[in-house]
Amino acid sequence: MAELTKELSQVKGDKPAVPGEDVAAPGKGNGTPNTGKSAPGTDGQVRPQPETPGKRPLDVPTGTPTVIVDDLHIVYRVYGAASESEKGNAVNALTRILKRQGRPQMKEVHAVKGVTFVAYHGDAIGIVGRNGSGKSTLLRAIAGLLPPHEGAVYTDGQPSLLGVNAALMRELTGERNIVLGCYAMGMTPAEVREKYQDIVDFSGIDEFVQLPMSTYSSGMGARLRFAISSAKTHDVLLIDEALATGDREFRKKSQERIRQIRESAGTVFLVAHDLRVIEETCNRVIWLHKGKIKMDGDPKEVLAAYNKG
Amino acid sequence: MSQPESAVADAQAGGRSGQEPLAKLAKRYGLRRAIARPRFPVYLRQLWERRHFILTYATSRNVSKYNRSALGQLWQVLTPLLNAAIYFLMFGLILGGHKNIEHYPAFLLTGMFIFTYTQRTVTAGAKSISSNLSLIRALHFPRASLPLAYTIQELQQLAISMGVLFVLVIADTREWPNWYWLMIPVVLLLQTMFNIGAGLVVARLGATMRDLNQLLPFITRTWLYASGVFFSIQDKVVDSAGLPQWVANVMYLNPAASYIEWMREILISTHNKQFGHHPPPMVWMSCVFWAVFALCFGFWYFWRSEERYGRG
Repeated sequence: MAELTKELSQVKGDKPAVPGEDVAAPGKGNGTPNTGKSAPGTDGQVRPQPETPGKRPLDVPTGTPTVIVDDLHIVYRVYGAASESEKGNAVNALTRILKRQGRPQMKEVHAVKGVTFVAYHGDAIGIVGRNGSGKSTLLRAIAGLLPPHEGAVYTDGQPSLLGVNAALMRELTGERNIVLGCYAMGMTPAEVREKYQDIVDFSGIDEFVQLPMSTYSSGMGARLRFAISSAKTHDVLLIDEALATGDREFRKKSQERIRQIRESAGTVFLVAHDLRVIEETCNRVIWLHKGKIKMDGDPKEVLAAYNKG
Repeated sequence: MSQPESAVADAQAGGRSGQEPLAKLAKRYGLRRAIARPRFPVYLRQLWERRHFILTYATSRNVSKYNRSALGQLWQVLTPLLNAAIYFLMFGLILGGHKNIEHYPAFLLTGMFIFTYTQRTVTAGAKSISSNLSLIRALHFPRASLPLAYTIQELQQLAISMGVLFVLVIADTREWPNWYWLMIPVVLLLQTMFNIGAGLVVARLGATMRDLNQLLPFITRTWLYASGVFFSIQDKVVDSAGLPQWVANVMYLNPAASYIEWMREILISTHNKQFGHHPPPMVWMSCVFWAVFALCFGFWYFWRSEERYGRG
């Protein structure tokens, strides 16, 4: 929620008054797709250079696309985000209804504004950007968890999202959460029994598995969630900040697992604020800025540009 | 509109195949839209595949519900008992509703427990989507699993309250269980079918209409009064108030009243002397109709907006 509010405050500024115009004129970038907010050619903005096939990052197998994102727009609905002018009292609520100003305290947040790219088998794509630049929203849309407002996402198989929000039930023990999480991913009881010990071992939470998840440290929770989600074989795995809280040893383990997934010809998306993690694991980086792609390409180049601006 | 953009993206993505639109590219490699509503039969099959998830989720919720209280799972029995005590004190003793009704405690408790089952399912169903948004935005599963799990959870609760109810009814009527009691599971099955359907409908409504949760208590309370839980509809509407018979008939046709009536016929032999333990044809037909109609309509209605539940 906090993140959303932040996104909201960023989007509010350039949101047109008429909701219908939202899509037709997203900011000033109309006509020049994937342009950042600023006017073209100023303040050292880096335009993505069209790559030739030879320039593709080295360890990429030949191009069978796994994820195609085609001019994707995502509009969120947020409730309870009252601005200062409308204090939350009953009189204002009534006037709002009488004036037919739509739903009380509902705001639409245009989080992703026309993102287009293609991901291939064996890609590990890092997504960087500031808080509220639409990274998590983009991942959710790729996972098919958020319906697009406009445009489309095409995927090969069912992508799975692994994020910090994937908490199942905090009041329950880790053990029950493992079982529940596995069932939610569509495993059968036999598969769950088979994977259970693996998950506990990989997460490294040992005897804490008998305690409610609400007693876990944030790192332990993240480890358990990563262990649960990665227990299933995925064609496309989306990882949202899940590795941020783990300790060094766990980070190594999870990077090893991401490598395994890539080797089995899957595609991995990784959102992280720790740029080292991205540099170590990814072969391609997308830089999102205010819901648009600012740069897309080789990790070194993009990260260097990202660090500068 | 997306034509120039896809060209740019194609170039970015490695300069492959020139001007081909992305939608075509996706089709060529057999990629599917990430969010698409499966066809209805497929959806039902997916739902069946998640039966373990639904069951575990329901049980887990029931377990965690009383986790923090000292008496723990004992509350599963205590809650219906205390409810029964309050209803009896209120409607039986203070308001004196029992004048024309033999075995009033059995009459009242049957009505109350049966009605509570439907009421709680509907109330829980309305929140099932909006209070699980993080789960919905994190994992993939047929969304109908959630309202279904909430109904199963209430069904598990009902099993316990029914045990309490049978003991209290026998204590009041001094009649031992007879062959007609075999119909009890049938009635509960029909009611559960209705509840699942109703839960699915309010789940979809509650996902978009935020105000439904505030409104529901009033709706269910009106429903409670219209269902003859603590009075006999025939008695109050026709005999006392002098309204025409069809008003009473319409009230009897509402699903909650129908299930209550049938259950009373089974449990209390003096409830309706004309029919004995058999329900009047109108009652059981209404029960079956509502069960089938609500279940079919509920699933269809919920499925229609399957891909939109994550938006909040």
